[in-house]
Amino acid sequence: MLPLPFLVVFPAVVAALLLLVPSDTWRRPIVWAGAALTGAASLSLLFLSPATGPFSIPAGYEMLTEGMFAAEMAIAVFLAYLGMKYRRYLAIFLILFQAGLLVYFERARAATGHEVAPDLFVDQLSLVMALIVGIIGGLICIYSLGYMATYHEKHPRVPDRRRSFFFLLFLFLSAMFGLIFSDYLPWVFFFWEVTTLCSFLLIGYSGTDESVKNAFLALNMNILGGIAFAGALIYLATVDPGGGLLHLHSLIRSGHAVALVPAVLIAFAGITKSALLPFSGWLVGAMVAPTPVSALLHSSTMVKAGVYIIVRFAPVLTGTMEGLIIGLVGGVTFLLASAIAISQSNAKKVLAYSTVANLGLIVACAGVGTYRLVWAAILLIIFHAIAKSLLFLCVGTVEHRIGSRDIEDMTGLIVRMPRISVMMFIGIAGMFLAPFGMLISKWAAIEAFIDAQFGLAFVAILAFGGSLTVLFWSKWMGKIISVCPVAERVENRISTEKWVVLTVLTALTVLVCLAFPLISAHLIEPFVLAVYGQTTRLSQDNITIMVMMLVLLMIMPFSLLLYRDEKRIVPAYMGGRPATPDLTFQGSMGVQRHVGLCNYYFEDVFGEKKLFMAGSALCFGLILIVGTLTAGVAL
Amino acid sequence: MSFLPRSPWILHYDASSCNGCDIEVLACLSPLYDVERFGIVNTGNPKHADVLVITGGINEQNREVVRNIYDQMPDPKVVVAVGICACTGGVFRECYNVVGGIDCILPVDVYVPGCAARPESIIDGIVRALAILGEKRKLLETKRTKEQGGEDTAPGGRK
Amino acid sequence: MDVLLAVLFVVLAPVIGGLVAGIDRKVTARMQGRVGPPLLQPFYDVAKLFEKEQILVTPSQNFYITAYLVFIVVSGALFFAGGDLLLVIFAFTLAHIFLVLGAYSAYSPYSFIGAERELIQIIAYEPMIIISAVGMYMVTRSFYVADIMAAKVPLISYLPGVFVGFLMVLTIKLRKSPFDLSTSHHAHQEIVKGVTTEFSGPMLGRVEIAHWYENVFLLGFIYLFFAANPPVAILVVAIVYFLEILVDNTYARVTWQLTLKSAWIIAGLMGLANLGILYYLSEVLHV
Repeated sequence: MLPLPFLVVFPAVVAALLLLVPSDTWRRPIVWAGAALTGAASLSLLFLSPATGPFSIPAGYEMLTEGMFAAEMAIAVFLAYLGMKYRRYLAIFLILFQAGLLVYFERARAATGHEVAPDLFVDQLSLVMALIVGIIGGLICIYSLGYMATYHEKHPRVPDRRRSFFFLLFLFLSAMFGLIFSDYLPWVFFFWEVTTLCSFLLIGYSGTDESVKNAFLALNMNILGGIAFAGALIYLATVDPGGGLLHLHSLIRSGHAVALVPAVLIAFAGITKSALLPFSGWLVGAMVAPTPVSALLHSSTMVKAGVYIIVRFAPVLTGTMEGLIIGLVGGVTFLLASAIAISQSNAKKVLAYSTVANLGLIVACAGVGTYRLVWAAILLIIFHAIAKSLLFLCVGTVEHRIGSRDIEDMTGLIVRMPRISVMMFIGIAGMFLAPFGMLISKWAAIEAFIDAQFGLAFVAILAFGGSLTVLFWSKWMGKIISVCPVAERVENRISTEKWVVLTVLTALTVLVCLAFPLISAHLIEPFVLAVYGQTTRLSQDNITIMVMMLVLLMIMPFSLLLYRDEKRIVPAYMGGRPATPDLTFQGSMGVQRHVGLCNYYFEDVFGEKKLFMAGSALCFGLILIVGTLTAGVAL
Repeated sequence: MSFLPRSPWILHYDASSCNGCDIEVLACLSPLYDVERFGIVNTGNPKHADVLVITGGINEQNREVVRNIYDQMPDPKVVVAVGICACTGGVFRECYNVVGGIDCILPVDVYVPGCAARPESIIDGIVRALAILGEKRKLLETKRTKEQGGEDTAPGGRK
Repeated sequence: MDVLLAVLFVVLAPVIGGLVAGIDRKVTARMQGRVGPPLLQPFYDVAKLFEKEQILVTPSQNFYITAYLVFIVVSGALFFAGGDLLLVIFAFTLAHIFLVLGAYSAYSPYSFIGAERELIQIIAYEPMIIISAVGMYMVTRSFYVADIMAAKVPLISYLPGVFVGFLMVLTIKLRKSPFDLSTSHHAHQEIVKGVTTEFSGPMLGRVEIAHWYENVFLLGFIYLFFAANPPVAILVVAIVYFLEILVDNTYARVTWQLTLKSAWIIAGLMGLANLGILYYLSEVLHV
């Protein structure tokens, strides 16, 4: 089981190395090799771990834990220093408060001796997460090489701190691996804090006022979650001085009575980290960062850490009022974030709200937490990670070539950047269309919610929210594929690295849909079976039909060959006016007029401000109810 | 057998009519005359139309438009000039901006005279046009087979 | 699954759909005091479209429209073969997305507006269709059309609200006034021909055929509510279609805002309330 510590330590080593390397010529091979090895190691887990189970690091256990505590303190000092520098007093207060809680916990922990227990483990859920972090995270790192070079060409005023940028990327991966392999909750918390730190620094990369503001927003919200997490640790240390419950697995097994309070606290931390509604501001704000950072935050790291931990605690939450309300927070987030996405024309913002929506759906599944819903939730995590990273990287590439990330400026992208457009098309189809991944999970979620307690509310949310997602994705698709024939092709000058990464991700989007029965059988079902004692899957004939539909979709484009000979091209109908193919016509008084076609955004119905306020208030209220309930249990 | 004459979809364009003929064209759609009996549907879209019904003469402003609408109709298609203005320019013939009847710029298949043309004669004109539509369809067919035949016999030609 | 029924659907649906369209036009004409076209007029129209020249704005339109037709047929065939209702609905949505994309691809003002409106219609009716499927599941405990067909109890007695909601979105789906926003199906030309503006000749023919398939599928969906008693079911299907024609002829078109709002409110009020009562009866009272 060597890959486990390797995966945690190796990216950190690469990160350190990248901090030392000054020039791009050296950085390139190191990033390639680092990403490739990380990806390979996470893949190797697939073969090495048929027998899942804990893996222990016997030596240096106490020392490691104390080292982590020291590192946490160092992080707190560092963050407090930055808070002073930028005069963010709320942040300083939160940081100090959290540090205080940690000191208290550490003293309580040190006062009672702990027995040494297994510390790194892997089961199918962490394996799925590891694959996502290793492969997609690695691909994003490689993509960043080309992207950041162009980024600094285009933004000459941003100081070139690529050394620390790549350092943070790999540190992020390392922290994610630590988080998903750790069984000991103080360790999980340590890695949790490292992801907060990394995201904070990456969002503030450009150093502009806006990015600093958004970075601190992210920091504040995540530290709020961190405080809840620390609260859970202290609660556990108080309830069980022996420290046995500080282990994830024994905690989850210990049942509702003991585990519910920490589960709710940690789920709250998960909600902040995965940016559900009252807290989604930080993830939307995070789009000021360079695009690979957004891709990383949205697909393979950070937000996925939040939902990962909630899915872990799903067995504790299931069947409780608290779990139901947390699920409802997710459901409301799904519905409203999907609606808000309709009113956005900034591609990255649409992607951000769609991420928030999907995370909401995952939390809704995990909060209600029946075995079928957990199955659907894990499936959602996988499909979302791949398609979303693909879309972010496509948008980043397009942005560099056409100088805009606005969907309105992507009109006729199929003519200007055909290959990227096809990839984007597949990515978008992967987010909502029938034989593709996300839809499979939504489908499974509908079926599972019907039989769950109070599931009807969630079915309604899915029915309405699902149709909203159809609207904003299709109109984006429509923009890309409009053929406005006179446009220059600008697809050259995209670096090989970008092509490789985009192609791999596109292939993965399709392959995962084709191979999803295998993924379900070998990764998800065993996990669900182990946790719940029963499992679920889509029925065989439905899977066959889905695969047939996918194949049909793949061969359909060849039908274009059939129509090659039909050649009479007639310009679009313009009310009888003679018009050029790009819709210029002679208006009255002999003036040349150009027609522009813009999507509907329904500002007055789905406006961001209104819905965001309403949703935040609603979710805040729900979280307050959970808090009250939990406080009642705790006291 | 061709289905074209059984399903003529018309596009009605008012070139520069006094609206007299237009009202009569619309009257054809009313329950009294009910041209849908013949499968005639009034579409608003040249790309769906088989019969171009034009009222009024051509002037400098609309010659491009009429030409464009005609070009946007898929073959086979026929043109029916309804009313004396559409046939010859009528009383507006001598106006400074009037070019003349429809046939100055388009090949007209049926002329329906009258000021304004009566619904009966409009229907009659369209039904006559249907016969021409059928003829045109046959012509097109023979032309197509000839082309294909030519290709077949051409040495090294694409089959 | 019953492959025979699926094959029968693929072969017969265009015939039935065309006839229904013919009856529709005849009845409409009679309601307006006209004689109306021959019964077989829709067949003449489509046959004519295939005789016409194909003109294009962009060759890619062909791909989207072929995909639209294929997936409409696939979803209908799945439905009549007794497949999973949710899968049928998703395939059905996929098909419509292709129609919308075909309209977008032409880059023409009218088809563009048509596409946007078609999308609004999709989000207006989709929740209600899913709610209908869920309602059928709650009564029969199965999403398979075959099982729902075989149910001994008439679904309508459990799902009256859902049925009313479904009728509401059926008007949208059949492209009938007052919700005929995106195509101007029946000779109003406010946005020329909306989604179908840039499709002509054989391509428009394929759209028409897809529409026939779709109508037969939708009538099948109504049938499901009464499947326990086939003669009644057929009668109800006929009555419902007649009512749709009547509504079509007596209501002016409404705005998209009203369409969306009314569809969602009806889906919410009738559909969800119905499901809620059903849930209460079965889970709480164990009836």
